[in-house]
Amino acid sequence: MIHGARLPGAGRQLTDDYFARQHGAGARTIWRITRMALRYRWHFALAIAVTLIGASFFLWIPRLLGQGVDQAFTLIQEGSADPAAVRSLLLRTAIVIVIASALRGTFGFLQMFLGETLGQRVAAELRMRFFDKLQALSFSFHDNVHTGNLMSRGISDIEGVRMFVQQGLVRSVYVVVVVVASAALIVAIDWQLALVSLSFIPFVAYRSARLRLELRRYWLRVQELLGALSTTVQENLAGTRVVRAFAAQSYEERKFTREARNVQRLMLDALAIQAQGGSVMSFAFLVAWALILWLGGVRVVNGSMTVGELTQVLAFMAVMQFPVRMIPFIVNSVARAHSAGGRVLEVLDQTPAIADRPGAGPLAVGEGVVRFDSVAFSYGTVAALRNVTFEVRPDRAIGIVGAPGSGKSTIANLLPRFYDVTAGAITIDGVDIREVTVRSLRRAVGIVQQDPFLFDGTLRDNIAYGHPDATMEQIEAASRLAQVHDFIAGLPEGYQTEIGERGVGLSGGQRQRVALARTLLLDPPILIFDDSTSSVDAGTDQRIRQQLAAVAKGRTTITIAHRLSSLRQSDEILVMDAGEIVERGTHDGLMRRNGRYREIFELQRLQGSETTDAGAGGSLRPRAGGGEDVPGGGEEGQ
Amino acid sequence: MTGRRDQAETARLKESDAEIFARLDSAVFRRFGRYLVPYVRAVSIATVAVVVFTLTSLAVPILVKVGLDDAIVPGNLPLLYVIAGALGAVAVLHWASMYVQRLIIQRVGQDVLYDIRRDMFVQLQRLSMSFTDRTPIGGLMSRVFGDVGALQEMLETTVEAMGDILLLFGIVVVMLVFDWRLGLMTLSVLPLLTLIRVFWQPFARRAFLRMRRNASIVGSYLDQNVSGIRVVQAMNREPVNRGIMGGKVSDLFWSNVSGSKLGAMLMPTVDLLTGVALAIVIIVGGSMVLGGGLEVGTMVLFLLFVQRFFEPIRSLTMHYSVLQRAVAAGHRIFELLDLPLEVADRPGAQPIGEVNPSVEFDHVVFGYDPAKPVIHDVSFRVEPGQTAAIVGPTGGGKTSLTALAHRFYDVQQGRVLIGGRDVRTVTQASLGSIMSMVLQEPFLFSKSVFENVRYNTRQATRADVERACRIIGAHDFIARLPEGYDTVLEQRGSNLSVGQRQLLSFARALVADPKILILDEATANIDSYTELIIQDALRKLLQGRTALVIAHRLSTIRNADTIIVVDRGRIVDRGTHDELVARGGLYAQLWRMNYASFDDLRGDLEKGVVAAASTT
Repeated sequence: MIHGARLPGAGRQLTDDYFARQHGAGARTIWRITRMALRYRWHFALAIAVTLIGASFFLWIPRLLGQGVDQAFTLIQEGSADPAAVRSLLLRTAIVIVIASALRGTFGFLQMFLGETLGQRVAAELRMRFFDKLQALSFSFHDNVHTGNLMSRGISDIEGVRMFVQQGLVRSVYVVVVVVASAALIVAIDWQLALVSLSFIPFVAYRSARLRLELRRYWLRVQELLGALSTTVQENLAGTRVVRAFAAQSYEERKFTREARNVQRLMLDALAIQAQGGSVMSFAFLVAWALILWLGGVRVVNGSMTVGELTQVLAFMAVMQFPVRMIPFIVNSVARAHSAGGRVLEVLDQTPAIADRPGAGPLAVGEGVVRFDSVAFSYGTVAALRNVTFEVRPDRAIGIVGAPGSGKSTIANLLPRFYDVTAGAITIDGVDIREVTVRSLRRAVGIVQQDPFLFDGTLRDNIAYGHPDATMEQIEAASRLAQVHDFIAGLPEGYQTEIGERGVGLSGGQRQRVALARTLLLDPPILIFDDSTSSVDAGTDQRIRQQLAAVAKGRTTITIAHRLSSLRQSDEILVMDAGEIVERGTHDGLMRRNGRYREIFELQRLQGSETTDAGAGGSLRPRAGGGEDVPGGGEEGQ
Repeated sequence: MTGRRDQAETARLKESDAEIFARLDSAVFRRFGRYLVPYVRAVSIATVAVVVFTLTSLAVPILVKVGLDDAIVPGNLPLLYVIAGALGAVAVLHWASMYVQRLIIQRVGQDVLYDIRRDMFVQLQRLSMSFTDRTPIGGLMSRVFGDVGALQEMLETTVEAMGDILLLFGIVVVMLVFDWRLGLMTLSVLPLLTLIRVFWQPFARRAFLRMRRNASIVGSYLDQNVSGIRVVQAMNREPVNRGIMGGKVSDLFWSNVSGSKLGAMLMPTVDLLTGVALAIVIIVGGSMVLGGGLEVGTMVLFLLFVQRFFEPIRSLTMHYSVLQRAVAAGHRIFELLDLPLEVADRPGAQPIGEVNPSVEFDHVVFGYDPAKPVIHDVSFRVEPGQTAAIVGPTGGGKTSLTALAHRFYDVQQGRVLIGGRDVRTVTQASLGSIMSMVLQEPFLFSKSVFENVRYNTRQATRADVERACRIIGAHDFIARLPEGYDTVLEQRGSNLSVGQRQLLSFARALVADPKILILDEATANIDSYTELIIQDALRKLLQGRTALVIAHRLSTIRNADTIIVVDRGRIVDRGTHDELVARGGLYAQLWRMNYASFDDLRGDLEKGVVAAASTT
């Protein structure tokens, strides 16, 4: 969690607004999704081939039926037929039809299977790309976009794209082939009648296009509202303790109801449009039937057409019925894919603000000298740091104090390049950190945050998060340093204890110590403690500091704290105010100066809340000696 | 992952196949059916529309046959015009009935989905805390959105499917009417189809369930990674996570593939059976025509109808996977809705009303797992307006005590009394209205500062909120925000410091103006500056209220009227600060040890540090 100097001005664009500027670029969405599907060249080709073959069987069976039955009855009507010959003709027709049906079914199976798996391949690829992109996007992106929003894109929108690939893409080929082939066959029989019978096609095409445009608008809005709804639910679940503590269930329900109602209303409007479109198309199709019967009938009576020809035209119309019924669904899936796909691609099109420069090499930490050189930084338009210059060396640890919002945490976030400086430069051993790979930089810089996120899983998994292959000994050693081993070992399941979402079940101090162990396990040459023990009681904090003193030897450390006693081991203390360093020096020097630092010191002493601090008033410097096993023992004389 | 599933198990949201197979699809459909009850009128109108729609669908081939046989072949033009006109009229009816049917069915469907989603949400508000603590949010989200979405998909195809099923019946009737012998023979393939389906169904169902479950696992993992992205990036964990996600996505993909395979498998079967039925009509019908037992026109009608007959079966098959997905989703939805409410208003529970806000625990025994109590026979009483500090090592049961006071859980033995009334005899809402809680970890919503501070106190005005913020000392920083009280907070207030967030949650409690206040280590995350501001605010906040304070800082503890020392679920000591120090018990030792909190005592106690220290 990033905080401190972050002023909310930086995050005015909360959710969809963040992407608003890109909405215009959605026109190519369908093409881009199609191209993704096309990349599975053989799969796609096979699906299309199978579709074509399936469609031809679909057309062939009515033809076979018509011909066979026609022949048989011609024989019967001629009256001269040998019943045995008729029977064998019928039998032959029957056998061919059974075989053709089996083949049609097989290809139908292949078509459906290949279509769906193509959709799933695209979906699986999109899921991975989406995930990769989210992992790569820098803090400035995640600060601005809500988890619920990303979740709804990553789950339902990708699902919408999948539906399009399997329904819109593959099936539309089928529909087009069947309709075009039937039309061609009708034209071959009688082109004038064909004009009448196919009159519904332009109408359907026009309606489809209109429908698609209208639906697209609706779907976009539906997805946005669903995103908002899922944010509401997500926060409700995450903040369930607050909800219950304030008995706010009915308020939350009203909030939910309002938003869910909005989604529902919009959905209904979209569905009404769809129902209208679909039924009008069916109507046009049936009117074409009536026209054929009327005009064709007149022509048959006139003698310009045979009954058989009219029957065949009608048979092909019947063949077209099913594909025509599918058109509204296909149109809908295209419209949905347009908005859903757009929302997924929006995320995929983001470029991480922080990325390796071309030719960036790995960082080799030698001496480990970190320098901030006239560094300035702003979140959006809000300046957070101004002209910050300091140097940290392994033999010169830096401590930073200051009021909330004074820029302490920003310093911590700039060194691992969670954000890039706006002006000035940060160097490690003289190398600008923007010149090395992000990965090697972050491996060298370990950061312990104030409000650590723990993952679902065991304590072991959480401590070994950055180093999954760590041995149990290494994990225990890190836990001991962080003063959390005894606590974990005392749990019935020890390191295998599961901790739930956001580590419920652990106190703030315990979570901070687990997070500390997690970073210490990585053994980084540069360490930043960003108020990392604020929730740990003063006694334990002392013990952690003592243990760390040994660890910190030979390491570059920056300690940010509001508790002055946490800064005892620092060789230089920077006092921050409004993004600037206002005082710097050793504890004694700063005390003599009677400035800001002294003020904070007196403040903490007065509060007396942390008796350790108060009691240790005269011994802010590292204590000489002191038993490591009995921490705090030297101070008990209060 | 297995671990998480275990947790879900303990929360009784089982996702095992066995569990699902124990229930029947029909149970799920019955549940859906119950949701339809409020919409009986709409459903009956839709049913009429469906019937009309089916009749018009059946009328088309019959009209065509009559037109051909009776008008065109004999050259009866007037009749032809009549029939073409009738066909036009049928088209209009068809259009109207289709529109009405779709519109109404979709509308009812949306209403039902809304009702289901709302019920799920309401259920999530009512479920016990032990459930909410242990079930991953991502998984729940996938139920509320993914599974309800699957129902949605089903609804879209249900409209089609309903018409198809009715058409099927209509065709059967028409065939039997025209010639029952040939009709029966044609329909003889149906039992075969049924048999195949019976065999196929269990496999399909399992596959579809697996699909949904894997989808939910992918969702959970995505959620975790988005929420924890800052740690992921700080620890260079991306490649590892990519591998894990890859495994989960691939599991999902393969379960989808096997689902598709099973879904598509019925296709060739249905097509083959269509062919067989056609063959029967050709051979048997042909022989009957030869023998003079059947008219030619009837046989042609049969051939037309056999194709139309299997067409709905074909499309039902195509929709079957959607349907199965929906059934699987329905299971997961009703599983959630069926979780028993451990804490619910008793029938006849009364609002608590105006009470003297005392808090009393009377021989309370409680365990999250009743077999393992974490609170043993705890009794204490806090008089109205007094502050009780609860101190003791982590895991000693402090938070459980405050949770019981708020009736997040029910006690197993004994009573919790607020104002002399057992909390189980009053409504939860009224209990909540006289109590507020400030938690160690402040939680804010992505709303404006004003909305966050006001939260559930809907009658609070702008001035009330401002006054509370001034008292707490949050007004200054709020005023500096770009839009002051109207500034919309980012995700969980991540644009504020932890201390600022905590100040807002204090202000929230002050606006709520509760009679009883519970603070759960609420000042732990506050820095010295804020601490200074808040000390005074805290005093004002506690004034005239009954308070249970899980204290972290000695300053807070020292000012309390009573200090209750809790260890391993028992009260080991109680009294004022001076009394306790004078008595020289555990508290005195702790105090002498200069611990600012007692979080870490357990380990030290066991190492004998305290004992060692106390001897010096």
